[in-house]
Amino acid sequence: MREPILALRGVSKRFGAVQALSEVDLDVYAGQVVALVGDNGAGKSTLVKAICGVSPPDTGTVTFAGREVRVETPHAAQELGIATVFQDLALCDNLDVVNNLFLGRELRRGAALDEVEMERRSGKLLRELAARIPSVRLPVAALSGGQRQTVAISRSLLGDPKVVLLDEPTAALGVAQTAQVLNLIERLRDRGLGVVLISHNMVDVRAVADRVAVLRLGRNNGEFRTHDVTNEQIIAAITGATQNVVSERVARLREQSAGDDPLAAGSAEGGV
Amino acid sequence: MSDPLAEPAVPPPTPATELSSPKEAVGGWLQTLRTGDIGSLPIIVGLILIVIVFQSLNPTFLNAFNLVNLCLQIAALGIMATGITLVLMLGEIDLSIGSVSGLAAAVLLVTHVNDGFAPLVAVLIAVLVGTLVGTVQGSIFAKIGVPSFIVTLAGLLIWQGVQLRVLGEQGTINLPPAGTLVRWAQFSFVPRWLAITLAALIPVLYLLFSLLTRRRRAAAELPVMPLWLPIAVAVILFVLLQLIVAKLYLDRGVPWTFVFMVLVVVFFDWLLRRTAYGRKIFAVGGNIEAARRAGINVDWIRISVFALCSTLAAVSGVVAAMRLGFANQQSGSGETLINAIAAAVIGGTSLFGGRTRRYAPLLGALVIGAIANGLELLSLSSDVRLIVTGTVLLAAVVIDALVQRSRTSHGR
Repeated sequence: MREPILALRGVSKRFGAVQALSEVDLDVYAGQVVALVGDNGAGKSTLVKAICGVSPPDTGTVTFAGREVRVETPHAAQELGIATVFQDLALCDNLDVVNNLFLGRELRRGAALDEVEMERRSGKLLRELAARIPSVRLPVAALSGGQRQTVAISRSLLGDPKVVLLDEPTAALGVAQTAQVLNLIERLRDRGLGVVLISHNMVDVRAVADRVAVLRLGRNNGEFRTHDVTNEQIIAAITGATQNVVSERVARLREQSAGDDPLAAGSAEGGV
Repeated sequence: MSDPLAEPAVPPPTPATELSSPKEAVGGWLQTLRTGDIGSLPIIVGLILIVIVFQSLNPTFLNAFNLVNLCLQIAALGIMATGITLVLMLGEIDLSIGSVSGLAAAVLLVTHVNDGFAPLVAVLIAVLVGTLVGTVQGSIFAKIGVPSFIVTLAGLLIWQGVQLRVLGEQGTINLPPAGTLVRWAQFSFVPRWLAITLAALIPVLYLLFSLLTRRRRAAAELPVMPLWLPIAVAVILFVLLQLIVAKLYLDRGVPWTFVFMVLVVVFFDWLLRRTAYGRKIFAVGGNIEAARRAGINVDWIRISVFALCSTLAAVSGVVAAMRLGFANQQSGSGETLINAIAAAVIGGTSLFGGRTRRYAPLLGALVIGAIANGLELLSLSSDVRLIVTGTVLLAAVVIDALVQRSRTSHGR
């Protein structure tokens, strides 16, 4: 198997008496979407914060593009090529799309801003992503939830990252807007980015993720290929209803039978 | 375009318009209009109404002598309103600007008259006092996290106290009536030929700059404004400025202090809208967490904005003292603070931060100044002035809120 672009090994993080992460492994491959799922408090956000430099891990190694790295600050993560889109999006409602995209990395022309070049690049980026934004000069306040999410994700791409972490990108979105964001995630994958998708929504996870990594109580609790697994199995791993070993065994058996089980597919649809 | 027989009714005047269809260009431009770029229009309409009302009540309102006086009167207000606009953009407030302007006036008079410093040196010291005050207040707010309302409320008292202390037993200090400072503020007018030239040059430069931007946008294949728009604006601007200049030179002409105030307003408008620093102010006022995540040094923005605001307050105090020819214990007190905030808000600055209209301090100062001046001509006492000014302030905010609401309900 090829090298992962981002590999975590034995990552642990402790907050006082709480062991938030213990010995967590995670691989992210270029051109793949890995969904990170888990119950509330399973450590998903802590893991994201550990990767993106907001709160670096206590122990464990992070290998990025074949090189062991230590990411201490969000800025260092961005420099490296790890972009993060947090759930609250961090957009300025009073600024237009162009200004939000280039916030903190404005292009200049002499002492003033180079609005023309920024607008040109914004338009180009959004076209490449086939993102539907009515006008790049609209204030973000005037956009729908899906469009705001699109802007936030597009912004993360301006630094030319290798890996993008998306924290609950479809939470609180309507059906059409969710589809829009899922399309966008697929386009990120097609551009050869490694995508980490944190989600509670099994439908979304199954729609776009290539692999599903489950966290439970701060530990790895199974990793599946999306094609080979039912919702029940993922949910069992999330809730701990099944032993880790068992779910892995089921996954292996299913892989051998090449997924031609109509009954299992039917039950997967009825899952969540 | 796909039909080879279909000739365009009007051939595109320049290659620029070929890149985006005229319809598209107008559509994009209308969209900007709808999203608030003509937001100053209600204020301008309001200003015209005020002029009509006062002119009909007292025909001397619009005579040249009174208009020149108005220019002299609003210079200090416009400068202070520019400073408070920056602070309001952050969603903060600075209640100390009146006291700081009074303190600066006192420092100017004491250093110049009592201690014999040269005029320019005295002005510089007075202004730097403002910068220092702003830096201290901004640091306490940004670094310790005391709300700006409290820090500057304390400042309001403290700097007024310091002002009294600086003035000492005299209470009132007069400038030498024929001195440099009084001459600068009261008797310096732009020569007629220069005023006419400038009034012609400004629209020309505007047109030139608009056309250059338009060409760059066209080259980048971005939607462009219709060509007639900048030309029309330039023509209107030209006629308007020439009329104003012609009128003002029936009397003394355009005061340099007024020109200075306009330059301050224009410079800070440019700083806010066209530079990375200004964009950061917008960002901090819009969403502080987003600004922080984008790597903006929020503390530095806050401290520098409070420093700029107090500096401009000090400049305003200096200009006021120079015009009045004295500084006393009442300098910078009373309505000074409220008028500056009202001017900024009437001009279209949001108290919630992150939003202001173009040249808000200038337009706001014109409204406030015109009302004060008009009521004074009618010899109405300050009770009426306070009520009218307050009502106009309220009306401005209500109109703004209504426009904002209709915009939201239209999905804009």
